[in-house]
Amino acid sequence: MNATALTLMIVVQVSVTGITGYFFWRVLKSPPEPDSYTEDKKEEV
Amino acid sequence: MANKESTQQWGSRVGLILAMAGNAVGLGNFLRFPEQAIQNGGGAFIIPYIVCFLVMGIPLLWIEWSMGRFGGKFGHHSTPFILDTMDKKRLWKYFGVFGIFTNLAVAAYYCYIESWTLSYVLHSVLGTFNGMNQIQVAHFFDTYVTIGKSTFGIPYEAVVFYIICIIINTSILAKGLEGVEKVAKIGMPLLLMFGAFLAIRGLTLGTSGATAAHPTASAWAGLNFLWTPQPSSLTNPKVWLAAAGQIFFTLSVGMGTVHCYAAYVKSNDDIALNAVSAGFMNEFVEIVLGSLIVIPIAAGYLGLGWLKQHAGFGIAFQTMPYLFSHWGPFLAAVAGVMWFGLLFFAGITSSLAMGTPWMGFMQDEFNWNRKKGAWSFGAVVLLLGLPTVFFYNLGVFNEYDYWAGTVSLVVFALAESILFAWIFGMDKGWKEINEGGDIKVPDIYKFIIKFITPLLLLFVFIGSLFKPLNNNWTTAFHNLFTGNGWALDNSSIIKQIMQSGLKEKIAAATDPSMIHHLHQVLFYTDAARILLTTVFFGICAMVYVAYRKRVREGRA
Repeated sequence: MNATALTLMIVVQVSVTGITGYFFWRVLKSPPEPDSYTEDKKEEV
Repeated sequence: MANKESTQQWGSRVGLILAMAGNAVGLGNFLRFPEQAIQNGGGAFIIPYIVCFLVMGIPLLWIEWSMGRFGGKFGHHSTPFILDTMDKKRLWKYFGVFGIFTNLAVAAYYCYIESWTLSYVLHSVLGTFNGMNQIQVAHFFDTYVTIGKSTFGIPYEAVVFYIICIIINTSILAKGLEGVEKVAKIGMPLLLMFGAFLAIRGLTLGTSGATAAHPTASAWAGLNFLWTPQPSSLTNPKVWLAAAGQIFFTLSVGMGTVHCYAAYVKSNDDIALNAVSAGFMNEFVEIVLGSLIVIPIAAGYLGLGWLKQHAGFGIAFQTMPYLFSHWGPFLAAVAGVMWFGLLFFAGITSSLAMGTPWMGFMQDEFNWNRKKGAWSFGAVVLLLGLPTVFFYNLGVFNEYDYWAGTVSLVVFALAESILFAWIFGMDKGWKEINEGGDIKVPDIYKFIIKFITPLLLLFVFIGSLFKPLNNNWTTAFHNLFTGNGWALDNSSIIKQIMQSGLKEKIAAATDPSMIHHLHQVLFYTDAARILLTTVFFGICAMVYVAYRKRVREGRA
C-alpha cells in the first residue's frame, strides 16, 4: 500500500472505531430514566 | 383505544441500540459499500461519504427518532398516523403509507436474499463448494435461483428456504419487541465477531493469493485502490450522488422502521445519543469491517482488474465460496459459515425491523394482537415475495428493489425532512430532538437540518430523476449550456418509468429466443409494477378506513 492510502485508511478507521466506542461508552454510562426499560424494572424488583 | 400490546416497551437501552443498529446494518454494508467505492474513484469516495454521513445521515436519524418518539406519545407506532400528528393537513398520513408499503415490498425480496445466506451456510458446512472452480461456484448460484432445479436434493429448494426464512422472521416478530431485541443481542455480537475474523484475514492476505492464472493478485492493491484519495473526483457530482445514496441506504432511513422502533421509547428518554450511537455502530461495520473483507480478499486472489470489472452484489454468492476454498476444506467451511452467517444476521435484524411498522399499524388501528399482526405480515410478504422467487430471472426482483427499495425511500425521506423542518417547525423539532438528551446536539445542526439535509435529499432525488447519459455530468452540463439539450441515461427514473432501456434492447435484438425472453421480462416487470401499485393504494385505503374509524370513535 502507498503511504497516502495507508494513512487515510488508518485515520478513518481509527476515528470511526474511536467515535463508535465513545458514544457506546456514553450510553453505558448514562443511567436510564426510571420505568423506561422493562429489564431495569425487573432489576429494581 | 390502542391495543394493550402496542404499549410494549424495550427491555434495555443497549437492546434498543443494538436493534436500531441491526436495522441499519444490512447486506449493503458488506456488498453495496465496496461496490460503490470501486465504481466511484476508490479513495475519493470516502470523503464525500463521510461528509454526507455528517450532514444528511445523522440529521435524518435525529429527525426519524424524534418523529417516532413524538408519535409514540399519542399511541402511534407506524408512519401514517405519526406524520398525521405533526400537521393538520390530512395528506401527510398518505405520505406515511410509504413507511408501511416500503417495508412490505422490501421484506418480500429481502427475505429471499436472506434465505440464500441460510442455504449457503448449510452448503458451506456440508462442503458443497469443495473442489469447485470459479465458474462452477458461479453456476451453482444460477442453478439455485432457477426454481425447479435442486442443488440440495430438495425439490424447489429456493422456495423451501424462502418459506423457512419467512417462518423464522414471523415467529420472532410474534414475540414482539422482546423477540426482536433478543435476536439483536445475539446476532450483532456474532456479526461483529465473524466480520472481525474475515477482516483480519483480508488485511493479512497480502500477495500470498497470487497464482499463475492471476500473478498480479494482491490484497494490498485492492486496499490501495480503495483508500488512495483522488482529489479530481471530488468535483464530480456523480461521486457525491453515489456517496449520498450510499449513506441513505446504509442507515435504513426513509423506510419507517426507525420511527416505529423509536415510537416505543418513553417521551422523557434520550434519543440524541441513542441515534448517534446506533448510526456510528453502522458506520463501524461498513467502513471498518465492510471495507476489509470483499475488496482485499477478491483482489488478493483474482487481482484488482477482475475486481473492478466484477464489483457487485454477485461476488458474495458467486465468488466468495470459491475464494474461501483456497484456505483448505476446514477453514473454507468455517469462513463460509462466518461469511454467510454474518450476512444472515445482517439480513434478519433488518427484516425483523421491516415487520414492525405493519404490526404497529394493525395493532393501533384495528386492535389486532401481536401474533395476528406478525402472521399477517408473514402472509403478505410471502404472497408479495413469491413472484420475486419464481420470476427472479425475469426482472421482478430488480423491479421491487428499484421502486420500493430505492425510489420510495428517497421520496419519503425528502417529504419527512420538509415536514419536520418546515411544517412541524424547526423550533419544535429542535426541542423534540434535545428533550431528555444525554448529549447536547451542536447548534450548527439546527441550520443543517433546516437547509442542508432537505437540499441534499432534493439533490439526490433530482439527480436520480434526470440522471444524465452514462452518468456523465460534465458532458451533460456542457451540452445543456451549448443548446444541445440534456440526454437522459436509461437508469434515470424518467427512463425507467418508460422502460426505455429494455425497449432499446428489444429493438436491437435479432435472436428470436432473446426477443421472446426480453418480451417476457417486459411483461413481468409491468406486472410487478401493477402489483406494487395495488399494494400501495391498498394500504392507502386501509389508512382511510382507519381514519374514518378514528373519526367515529372521536379519536381523530
